[in-house]
Amino acid sequence: MTQRYVGQAMKRKEDPRLVSGTSTYVDDVVLPGMLHMAIARSIHAHARLKSIDTSKAKKLPGVVAVVTGEEVAAHCGPIPCAASIPDMKNAQRQLLAVGKVRFVGEPIAAVVAEDKYIARDAADLIEIDYDTLPVVVNPEKAMDPASPRLYDEFSDNIAYRFAFESGNTEEAFKNADVIVKERFINQRLAPVPMEPRGAVATYQMPDNELVVWNSTQQPHGLRTLLANLLRVPENRTRVIAPEVGGGFGCKIDLYAEDGLVGYLAKKTGRPVKWIEGRRENIAATIHGRDQIQDVELGLKKDGTILGMSVRSIADLGAFHSLFTPMIPTLTGLLAPGCYKVPALKFDQVGVLTNKMATDAYRGAGRPEATYLIERIVDVAAQKLKMDPAEIRRKNFPQPDEFPFKTSGGVIYDSANYEVALDRALELSDYKGLRQKQAQLRQQGKYMGIGLSSYVEICAMGPSTALPGGGWEAGSVRIERTGKVTVLTGASPHGQGQETTFAQIVADELGIEPDDVVTMHGDTARVAAGIGTFGSRGTAVGGTAVYLAVQDLKEKMKKIAAHLLESTSDKIELGIGKLMVKGDSGRSINFADVVTAAYNAVNLPPGVEPGLDATRFFEPSNFTFPFGTHVCVVEIDEETGEPRITKYVAIDDCGNVINPLLVEGQVHGGLVQGIAQALHEEVVYDENGQLLTGSLMDYAVPRAHDFPEFELDRTVTPSPVNPLGIKGVGEAGTIGSTPAVVNAIVDALSPFGITHIDMPVRSEKVWKILKGRKAS
Amino acid sequence: MQVKITINGKLYEKDVEPRLLLTHFIRDVAGLTGTHIGCETSICGACTVLANGLAVKSCTMFAVQADGSDVVTIEGMAKDGRLHPLQEGFWEEHGLQCGYCTPGMIMCSHQLLARNPSPTQEEIRSALDGNLCRCTGYQNIVKAVQSASRKMTKAPKVAVGD
Repeated sequence: MTQRYVGQAMKRKEDPRLVSGTSTYVDDVVLPGMLHMAIARSIHAHARLKSIDTSKAKKLPGVVAVVTGEEVAAHCGPIPCAASIPDMKNAQRQLLAVGKVRFVGEPIAAVVAEDKYIARDAADLIEIDYDTLPVVVNPEKAMDPASPRLYDEFSDNIAYRFAFESGNTEEAFKNADVIVKERFINQRLAPVPMEPRGAVATYQMPDNELVVWNSTQQPHGLRTLLANLLRVPENRTRVIAPEVGGGFGCKIDLYAEDGLVGYLAKKTGRPVKWIEGRRENIAATIHGRDQIQDVELGLKKDGTILGMSVRSIADLGAFHSLFTPMIPTLTGLLAPGCYKVPALKFDQVGVLTNKMATDAYRGAGRPEATYLIERIVDVAAQKLKMDPAEIRRKNFPQPDEFPFKTSGGVIYDSANYEVALDRALELSDYKGLRQKQAQLRQQGKYMGIGLSSYVEICAMGPSTALPGGGWEAGSVRIERTGKVTVLTGASPHGQGQETTFAQIVADELGIEPDDVVTMHGDTARVAAGIGTFGSRGTAVGGTAVYLAVQDLKEKMKKIAAHLLESTSDKIELGIGKLMVKGDSGRSINFADVVTAAYNAVNLPPGVEPGLDATRFFEPSNFTFPFGTHVCVVEIDEETGEPRITKYVAIDDCGNVINPLLVEGQVHGGLVQGIAQALHEEVVYDENGQLLTGSLMDYAVPRAHDFPEFELDRTVTPSPVNPLGIKGVGEAGTIGSTPAVVNAIVDALSPFGITHIDMPVRSEKVWKILKGRKAS
Repeated sequence: MQVKITINGKLYEKDVEPRLLLTHFIRDVAGLTGTHIGCETSICGACTVLANGLAVKSCTMFAVQADGSDVVTIEGMAKDGRLHPLQEGFWEEHGLQCGYCTPGMIMCSHQLLARNPSPTQEEIRSALDGNLCRCTGYQNIVKAVQSASRKMTKAPKVAVGD
């Protein structure tokens, strides 16, 4: 195979329709007779429902149906949770609240009407009488047996405990010269894809055929879940994910509204559409992060790490969405980061509170790990008066130690952490930065340099690690004209699989990417799939496609050998042709082999007509991308604003199919990770009222918040898949957050500051500066 | 109320509720779904269109306020099957991923380049402050606008919506 396209910065095949406004997102789907759904939601964080009066809503002209909890629960299953932890309390929720509400924004009633304005008016006419209950929003308080309980059937609000110990931490701390301790708050975030959620459903009788358009990251998984929930045969259920406007993890789940449009389409016999408003999106689409971590690290005087203890409280919110109880446990697996931590004790409780559920948000449990280890290592460096780069270097496992089994219980596939660190130091001119910092400090100016050496768990994942399976399916069909159709279960939402998969297939078959079309996002077209999340699209989905192409190549070689009177082991694929190795005169055009496969009059014995192959790829392990980021901040003395003046990111995601797309993923990830450090936070008050309920209050970052990022890569192929890919969807988010906070703490270290909780907004820094002036 | 709105050179006339948003007029009455809705509070800019040459957020403007206006949406940018330099710029510089914010970004950038044909990076970032993107980290969006700026200042003036 000649690599003509893999590794090239090709423009995306999907872009012409996206820049022209001709692509189809869920809200662009219009069907004859379509009704519009609106939801009446709880205004209280915790209350019993005394009565729901829908009579005024039903009388409004244009309203077709109004439904409430009991009716829907009699016909539909609850919101599914696929995750399971031993002795877990399963906090289940019905599509519409029955008896009780547990968070602001919980759906109580659904209206369908002839247009969306009438549906909204009618939802506002529903009169709900609440009997309010005491609210608990602080997870530490929620753990107290005396605090209000969310579920009458549970003895307390602790949903699960996940604890393990590797090595002997007691011994490690006894032998330590230095022990550093810190409490880190990893605040609650809202994913905020630019396209909110949305769904359209039709239900055709008498075949009981359900067709759903849904802005989902996993059409096949949603199909299975919806079929079960709505009690429709799965083989009569079709899910289409058309253009999906961003996901970041929050579009993996099955939400109440996804089930309700299906139920109401069945009930009314007409198509039903629901499009989420942004305020609904922030209140009732899953949130991410939200962990309190008490971390202790024991080290020798020279900076060698001996052991670590992490006690973590994960705020799960009010119920279990698809992966809610699983996500925080990933923090334990990745807690050692890219260091040798011989002894690790991890003890986590998952706690129910009167807030929206948490679940997978870009990074999903791993940013929380990277943040705690990268922060505590910096705290240790500060205490030991070591350079942050040197304490990191000292504790890296060496390249010849891979595959490397960690005290988190996972096996890192391949890495060279030191090379990435050195490249980051070189590209950022780290020495020069330190000199500049010293000079500025003498002038009374505060600049900080933050490092973050990260590793992450990607290419989710082996099926043993992912509820519902961690494989991916890929089909490749060479059509009679030689055009190639690729079908992938890894349904993308901006990642560019239509382009990268065409690059892979074009190189393997010696054809042009323009001759390859990748289809996805429709369960009627693509036989099976898992989806795109956990940086798995190319590493797992791309590998399934690659394997299917290998099958076709073998078949084409057999046909070519037959036609060239040779044997298939002597045939190789060139550009546009198949030829006998070492005999350039004996070749046959690619197109002629394809024609022979379909005309089927001169095929070798035992070879079936056609060129169509499907493969399922089951990875043997996760992959572990890594890198080092360097962030430089300057503190505005007047306002306290920490301004990022330089940002260098060295990422190693293994082999690269398209560097343009890899860069794009890193850029987007950096912005999301930096925004956690500086801006974003979902805030509920003590009554469980959402204070950051619109984009006027929830601080999604803007273009002017960032400098131009400087990127580079090291390349360490993964041995887990034949393409050597590690995945890059979450790297930027995981690596960047601690780099920024480390830089701010570094800037303020002359004031004796060892930690500042996120988001580090101007106000927090200004108070520190003001305190200094006052003293 | 009866309104007449010209969108991409075509006149649309309809009796609408006074509360109908311009964005719903564009999407539901004219059937032009390239204009997206992202926030309902004028913050995200996904719904940005040009009304009489000015970039406006069509989710917080009533159709009746646009009565008599000349509106250009993303569908009006390409001419004779050729992409506008801004559309080309976003494609060439990988200025989009999921594509949802892109039409609004392009319409807002169009206004910027009409006012300031050769903006600095800082000016581009500042001009796009009313448009949110959750995928790209903005860096390639800046490059896309720079690329369009270079093309448009070299080439004869590219008119839009006529």
